Amino acid sequence: MATALTRKDFISDQEVRWCPGCGDYAILAQVQKIMPELGVPRENTVFISGIGCSSRFPYYMNTYGFHTIHGRAPAIATGLKMTRPELDVWVVTGDGDGLSIGGNHLIHALRRNIDLKILLFNNKIYGLTKGQYSPTSEVGKVTKSTPAGSVDFPFNPITVALGAHSSFIARSIDVEQKHLQDTLKRAHAHRGASFVEILQNCNIFNDGAFNDVSDKAIKADHQLILEHGKPLIFGKNRDKGIRMNGMRPEVVQLGNGVTDKDLLVHDETNLPLAFMLANFEPPMPTPIGVFYATSRPTYDSAVNAQLEHAKKTQGPGELRSLLRRGDTWSVK
Amino acid sequence: MAVPPETAQQLGQGSGSAGQRKPVETRPQFVIRFAGDSGDGMQLAGMQFTAESALAGNDIATLPDFPAEIRAPAGTLAGVSGYQLNFSSQPVFTPGDEPSVLVAMNPAALKVNIDDLPPNGVLIVDKEGFTDANLKKAGYTSNPLTDHSLDKYQVFEIEVSKLTTSAVRELGLNTRAVNRCRNFFVLGLVSWLFQRPTKSVTDYIESRFKKTPDVMEANMRAFKAGYNYGETTEIFASAYEVKPAQIAPGFYRNITGNTATALGFVAAAVKSGRPLFLGSYPITPASDVLHDLSGFKNFPVYTFQAEDEIAGVASAIGAAFGGAIGITTTSGPGMNLKAEAIGLAVKVELPLVITDIQRAGPSTGMPTKPEQADLLMAMYGRHGESPIPIIAAATPADCFDCAFEAVRVAVKYMTPVILLTDGHLANGSEPWLVPEPEQLPEIKVAFRTDPNGFMPYLRDEETLSRPWAVPGTPGLEHRIGGLSSEHLTGNVSYSPSNNEMMVRLRARKIAGIAREIPATKVFGDEQGGDLLLVGWGSTYGTLREAVIRMRAKGKSVSHVHLRWLNPLPSDLGDILRRFKKVMVAEMNMGQLLKMIRADYLIDAVGCNKIQGRPFKVSEVESRVTRALEG
Repeated sequence: MATALTRKDFISDQEVRWCPGCGDYAILAQVQKIMPELGVPRENTVFISGIGCSSRFPYYMNTYGFHTIHGRAPAIATGLKMTRPELDVWVVTGDGDGLSIGGNHLIHALRRNIDLKILLFNNKIYGLTKGQYSPTSEVGKVTKSTPAGSVDFPFNPITVALGAHSSFIARSIDVEQKHLQDTLKRAHAHRGASFVEILQNCNIFNDGAFNDVSDKAIKADHQLILEHGKPLIFGKNRDKGIRMNGMRPEVVQLGNGVTDKDLLVHDETNLPLAFMLANFEPPMPTPIGVFYATSRPTYDSAVNAQLEHAKKTQGPGELRSLLRRGDTWSVK
Repeated sequence: MAVPPETAQQLGQGSGSAGQRKPVETRPQFVIRFAGDSGDGMQLAGMQFTAESALAGNDIATLPDFPAEIRAPAGTLAGVSGYQLNFSSQPVFTPGDEPSVLVAMNPAALKVNIDDLPPNGVLIVDKEGFTDANLKKAGYTSNPLTDHSLDKYQVFEIEVSKLTTSAVRELGLNTRAVNRCRNFFVLGLVSWLFQRPTKSVTDYIESRFKKTPDVMEANMRAFKAGYNYGETTEIFASAYEVKPAQIAPGFYRNITGNTATALGFVAAAVKSGRPLFLGSYPITPASDVLHDLSGFKNFPVYTFQAEDEIAGVASAIGAAFGGAIGITTTSGPGMNLKAEAIGLAVKVELPLVITDIQRAGPSTGMPTKPEQADLLMAMYGRHGESPIPIIAAATPADCFDCAFEAVRVAVKYMTPVILLTDGHLANGSEPWLVPEPEQLPEIKVAFRTDPNGFMPYLRDEETLSRPWAVPGTPGLEHRIGGLSSEHLTGNVSYSPSNNEMMVRLRARKIAGIAREIPATKVFGDEQGGDLLLVGWGSTYGTLREAVIRMRAKGKSVSHVHLRWLNPLPSDLGDILRRFKKVMVAEMNMGQLLKMIRADYLIDAVGCNKIQGRPFKVSEVESRVTRALEG
């Protein structure tokens, strides 16, 4: 029997070339760390990426990898996964790659529910092209291409994924090692299109974009960790919660008669709830964790089931008779 | 020849036949064009008449011509749909320059087509279609059936609606349903006129309308009524017969270019032992390949109707990465969208076939009309130095061989290959001598499995192709990508000299495919002569026919038709230099002409047409004649 794989087995011989201090290092480390635990042979693991800083990712994984073209990784991964459903196919993309130039492919992969693990590194900036605003940059953002501030209303990656009815939607943070590992493992265990937004710091062009949820000193008051079946509680002293006030959520202080029982309880299978949580903006806390998880048939399995059915009902394809269909006649 | 036995048996009964057969006049060849409103079922009538003619043993070629609008307003010029068939006792190379028989179901169909009918041509019209309203829609100020403007033709005015209605009256169908049988009445009539065997049509009606017995019965009655009408009424003095052509023995199938393309891909996949994967986005005139392939799941064939053209090609690249035969199909506008991804396939050296079923452009252009103006895009329409093999089909049946060959080369050389056909080939049909699968070349796919000494870009010494190492193979884990990469290892590299070496290696690999190309066949004066007509793609039949006619008049005109456009055959330069003049005929402004002038420094001239219509033989003849004189 083969010896168990370790994290080292998933590190390629290529020198990692992200900027020192980039959040991508942390994400790479967590992915490499969980790989041995997934029980998937290395040769059956494929990482496919588009273009951008995040998309260098496959070069650093000692698995099969394909660094493709800008935005198209989900489409390329779709062709691979349809024809090789036994492979574990991961897509690594960014906010520009996945939501701007490749937005179309992303939403269609998600709606089809093809069994891909899609990791979107969101740093709210174009890093590789040296600092233009991205489709997730906030209005007013001053960048090289928006000296007067961006007037472009941003996408929220989670609501985009929800709108496409992705069957697994989660968010984590580059520096939250344990949370990120757990989220990636859940995404992997899910059958279907798993979408994970990873908030990632670009320390060169957009440093501190997620400080409120990643800075140890203040994050507890801004992070809302979603756990299925548990009341929505957050805060340094775990003394704040989310309560419904009629149709609207509000932050309440626990105590003075307000207890866990008054709070909203997270339910991963509740799509409207997921939409509501995904739209939390300050002063509401930023939710991380699994917003939504549901089970529906995957595209790759449905396609292959049709092929199997055709083979079963018509027999395996027979070329000679195929060529001889239609308007035919013999000349003697 | 008497009416074929099965026809007599089926149609002679209860027809009120006078019992005496009309005389039958033998002719070598006819070109018939069915024209009517889009909703008149002229394509169906044409296809069924084609099937009858094939079964009668004629050599045939067809040209459907339909509007881009699915349902243009009824009775308008924009809504006219046509289907032309050349059927002959002699070898047929084209669907015919112009019809000798025109069927026009309404004034608009007459107006659009009448100028193509030569004097004394046979014109069959549905008299009842010539209402004041329809005449006005077609822009006629007087009725051509009564104003003597058609006097130079043999005009047969038939009351198709009335006759169809009386044939199906007992079935109690509504007017709309009755009108939908009119095409079968007309088909019956011309089936009699040309003494066609009718079993293929009656079989078709039975299977097509199996689920609606009353519609089946109505169409059957309309068809038989049309046939018997020709036999019994005084309107036609005689019927015509076109004897069977001398055709090589074998099993034949009437096939369109698009179906042949689809089958060529399936055959190649079967021969390679790999699944076929088509990633495609619907586009005229390519969609039929997607439709056809989606029905062959058990081979297995994967079809993926992608979210856009880019995803179509990208998914095929993904499938090829996994070891499938990845293909994509499109037309000109889609080619532009795919260009970046094709560049990726060039760089990572994965097998892929891109089929461009060319249509008249630029932009949306005339989507249902053919053109050959994508050649230079296929050659050069990418970023960077990215040569790609290009193969072009010459006839509908040739699409099978070219699709097969494209896959074979793609796999052998680990490269994307572009297959060029066009709208004329896609929808046109001809008899195809169906090959036995064992006659087809083997396509060897040998995935790399040995980790010892494996490097992603370690090339085969002969072909310069890199190994196909698919995910799932233990020990071969590796990364490929669009970034410039190092010779052998494939690791990302910005080394200037390495980059030039890799660009040149890939170019040499593609140029080396010339060794696969058989010696170029010169039709005519192999040792040289006055003029060589060079063509590619769907112009084949027209150019060949023109050269045959000119040679019959004693002119020293020869023909070379290229299947491989990149690389060009290695003997082409020598051949071109043997002729005093070289003329390149193509449905564009001179794209192959540019390539030939650039590659061989030969002062070749062009013969060009950009009308969304194939050349006529007569047009080519006159252009060649002028060139010979000039």
